[in-house]
Amino acid sequence: MNNKNSHNQSDFKENLNKRHALGNWFYFVLLACMLIGMFMLSALIIDLAIQGKDWLRPELITKYHSRIPEQAGMKSAIVGSLIIIALTGLFSFPLGVGAAIYLEEYSPKNWLTSFINININNLAGVPSIVYGMLGLVVFGRMFGLFKSDSWLVKLLNLPVGKSALGGLQFNLFGIPWLEIHLPFNQSLLAGALTMTLLILPVVIISSREAIRSVPSTIREAAFGLGATKWQVISKQVVPIAMPGVLTGIILSLSRAIGETAPLIIMGAFTYVPFLPKSLWDKFTVIPIQVYNWITLPQEKYRVHLAAAGILVLLAVLLSFNAIAVFLRKKLEIKW
Amino acid sequence: MTEEANNSNIISTRNLSVFYGSQEAVHAINLDIPRNKIVAIIGPSGCGKSTLIRCYNRMNDLVPTARVTGEVFYNGMNIYAPNVDAVHVRRQIGMVFQKPNPFPKTIYENIAFGARVNNYQGNMDELIEKSLRQAALWDEVKDDLTKSGLALSGGQQQRLCIARALATEPEVILMDEPASALDPIATLKIEELMQELKEQYTIIIVTHNMQQASRVSDLTAFISLDRTRVDDRVGVLVEYDLTQKIFIKPAEKETEDYISGRFG
Repeated sequence: MNNKNSHNQSDFKENLNKRHALGNWFYFVLLACMLIGMFMLSALIIDLAIQGKDWLRPELITKYHSRIPEQAGMKSAIVGSLIIIALTGLFSFPLGVGAAIYLEEYSPKNWLTSFINININNLAGVPSIVYGMLGLVVFGRMFGLFKSDSWLVKLLNLPVGKSALGGLQFNLFGIPWLEIHLPFNQSLLAGALTMTLLILPVVIISSREAIRSVPSTIREAAFGLGATKWQVISKQVVPIAMPGVLTGIILSLSRAIGETAPLIIMGAFTYVPFLPKSLWDKFTVIPIQVYNWITLPQEKYRVHLAAAGILVLLAVLLSFNAIAVFLRKKLEIKW
Repeated sequence: MTEEANNSNIISTRNLSVFYGSQEAVHAINLDIPRNKIVAIIGPSGCGKSTLIRCYNRMNDLVPTARVTGEVFYNGMNIYAPNVDAVHVRRQIGMVFQKPNPFPKTIYENIAFGARVNNYQGNMDELIEKSLRQAALWDEVKDDLTKSGLALSGGQQQRLCIARALATEPEVILMDEPASALDPIATLKIEELMQELKEQYTIIIVTHNMQQASRVSDLTAFISLDRTRVDDRVGVLVEYDLTQKIFIKPAEKETEDYISGRFG
């Protein structure tokens, strides 16, 4: 009986009002989530703008830190940040892209590869301070290998510095401008290498995604024309993946530009009243300078100069992201 | 095989089987492809037509799990012999794929790529004009060779892919359902083009479309699943003959059933 009347209205309680009401209610919940996020962000930026706007003055970028707040700027921090980012980009691009190409195109499918894959993903989530410690030991101190009492120095009879810290300086191949300092200490080079380690997992992951998104039909077409594997990869796959690779690297760099902890661990200086002349010079970066100002007792440093510094940092950050968006739009391939 | 057979056939397949992992996909194919003919390979979906055609330029090498046994002689040389380089084979046996797949570069660069990777020493502009003329695309694109290949229509893209394959000066062109993604007018153009290309090249075409096979080909090979091995899906060569014969008076009942639309 029931089967015959299966189209009968009475078997359905459509209850449309309640179903639509639930949908409407959910719409407002979602809207509220978005508004809360936006409110927090705009409150932060408005507060910074109010506190810092009068201190966004030429001295901020033309002067070094000073004991007189009105005279204080962060010239060395801005230059330091830019150099660190440029070097980090320079180091992480070939390393990250190379590793990504290997993992995507060459690595055999076995337990070792899956082990490496898992660990790259894990490394992307490691707190940045851990990378600071790694950088300090590996680049900053080089395991103490160049201390005056290390086994290496004794074994090779290296001409290290007289102090307990030791340290070796020489010109590679005798070329005057190719000066090498071992260990790297608190130099720009050590800082940039540490930042490279920090962003490398993310760069590798995003580059792999970009390489993987190149259609397999392109590979087939290139192989079908008698290209070797290397020609297929270098002339087709990598150029087509490049917009995605660059976007990933720039976004990683904009993460690195705000990092403070690893560089503090590395021993980046808070007061650097000069511009670096070589890779071996000491440096500071914008977030360290801001951190330094926040710890000072005077309100002019603690509130106003710090806010102005953060605004500069945000401006640098936004311009990086803008470059990434521009590159993506400009180089994007419409299939 | 006699010497004469060797000379008239540009490609001869002997006892060719392909495995994906432990699963056999096509079994013991023997097929002779005569020079300057169009040979169509037809058969129901999933019977291994594409797998077979991809053996002729060793594209199956790119599938990690694929394994090929038996021999494929190209001008008397077994292309699966250990001393043969697949890269060398692929330049001489070009391929056009199911979906047009131009590189996201200019028309000019699309064609120049194959020549460049193979270290072409001649005049590039001439090669590009010649290839585009052969592919019946020159008149449509001669004024904007710097336009992206992706900006062309589907049919033009496929002719660009044919021009690209011709630019490495192959002897054989493999076409894996070259018109299945195209509209009827673009399909007709490709079919006309194939008749012109036959003068200089040997063409092997896989097609789903039986009318297309009967229109364009000189010989037709019908491949179907081996009915004696019901648990596996293994493609075997059922019948291979002149196209006219296959479509008018096939020797095998199974071929007739397929041609007349009773299965497939």
